[in-house]
Amino acid sequence: MASTREIRRRIRSVKNTAQITKAMQMVAASKMRRAQLRALEGRAYHKLLEEIAQSLVPQAGQLRHPLLNPRPVRRRAVLVIATDKGLCGSLNTNLFRELFRRHGPDRIYVSVGRKARSFLASLPSPTGATLLAADFELRDNLTFRESKRISRFLLDKFSSGEIDAIDIAHSHFVNALVQTTEIRPLVPLAPESLSQGQPAAAASAVPDNFEPSPEELLDALLPFFVDWNIYQAILDGLASEHSARMIAMKNATENAKQLVGDLTLEYNKARQEGITREILEIATAQIALE
Amino acid sequence: MSQLQVHIVTPEGVRFAQDADMVTLPGEEGEMGVFPNHEPLITRIVPGELVVQTGEERKVLAVGEGFARISAERVVLLSDMALYEEEIEEAKVAEAVERAQQALRQKELGEEEQAATAALLARSLAQLKVKRRHRAA
Repeated sequence: MASTREIRRRIRSVKNTAQITKAMQMVAASKMRRAQLRALEGRAYHKLLEEIAQSLVPQAGQLRHPLLNPRPVRRRAVLVIATDKGLCGSLNTNLFRELFRRHGPDRIYVSVGRKARSFLASLPSPTGATLLAADFELRDNLTFRESKRISRFLLDKFSSGEIDAIDIAHSHFVNALVQTTEIRPLVPLAPESLSQGQPAAAASAVPDNFEPSPEELLDALLPFFVDWNIYQAILDGLASEHSARMIAMKNATENAKQLVGDLTLEYNKARQEGITREILEIATAQIALE
Repeated sequence: MSQLQVHIVTPEGVRFAQDADMVTLPGEEGEMGVFPNHEPLITRIVPGELVVQTGEERKVLAVGEGFARISAERVVLLSDMALYEEEIEEAKVAEAVERAQQALRQKELGEEEQAATAALLARSLAQLKVKRRHRAA
């Protein structure tokens, strides 16, 4: 059995760890509330934007806007939104596993967040060159303008013909306990991806007029739609990150408490054993003297 | 008389949802007044003043860039900004206008920065317009 001093030392160290994880849990909880609010606030806007895009797109069938028309995919860029820091449970691992499963020779990657960068840089590539085309920083209070830099970078590459499609991979925030991995095509914008599966019957039943022309509206709306989708995905990712971290830290704190309990029991047993032994020794010594 | 359902949505959430008799929006090709049974229309809007008229009540908002979708009984406006007249702090906005104008005049801005500053300026001017016009009336 370990000495009492050894056990005492371990109890102290586990208690310290618990204090740290507890603090991290509180920090994550407050960040989560803020991130969650931001992610949810934007959803009404997102839905309406989709609605407007939906009613525009059917009319635009003959317009052949480059963002709407699929072309043969020689190179597909995947925008991966992960976290900057670890200690958030299996959030990143789930995302990366799914990405790895879908990995193909035609893909290049763009990362947001340090964890995504280090994972993507380590992906095996046939030529030995890196598959990571660019990496962007992630910040808690990221603004729409900053996220626009990411989408502009991708859209520039798309219009120059360097890439033919853009996918987006991020953690989707369902609630504090549940986050799912989402990988979906973003560009070219298929009418289905605009309407997210539900038919746009009601929206397109009325022939709309456009001001200025449909072409000009599409030119303004579609890139904005992409910008906004990426921004929203990042917010979603941030909310997921902080929720996952909060839960991970909560579990860690609980485990530490359990461990302290077990160790304390062991410590008391060891202490009692010591006392019993001492008494025995005194008693034996006394008998020997008589 | 039939009414229009007016929804104004910004990235911060739904800012306004009410029935109204008439809406005036700052369209790209000039200000437009919308009554119920307007023909369906999708338009771009520019920073400016939006007026919602319900009976005797008149609500004035400053809006930014965005899109509006108009149908017979609904007006949905999507904008990066929507501020009620009471929410605008005139001194602060005037200062922002000053700063933006100066930045545009003097500094060598990147293309992106230039666009952002110009957009900020347009938004601020829209706010000032709403604030000052209302006071004069």
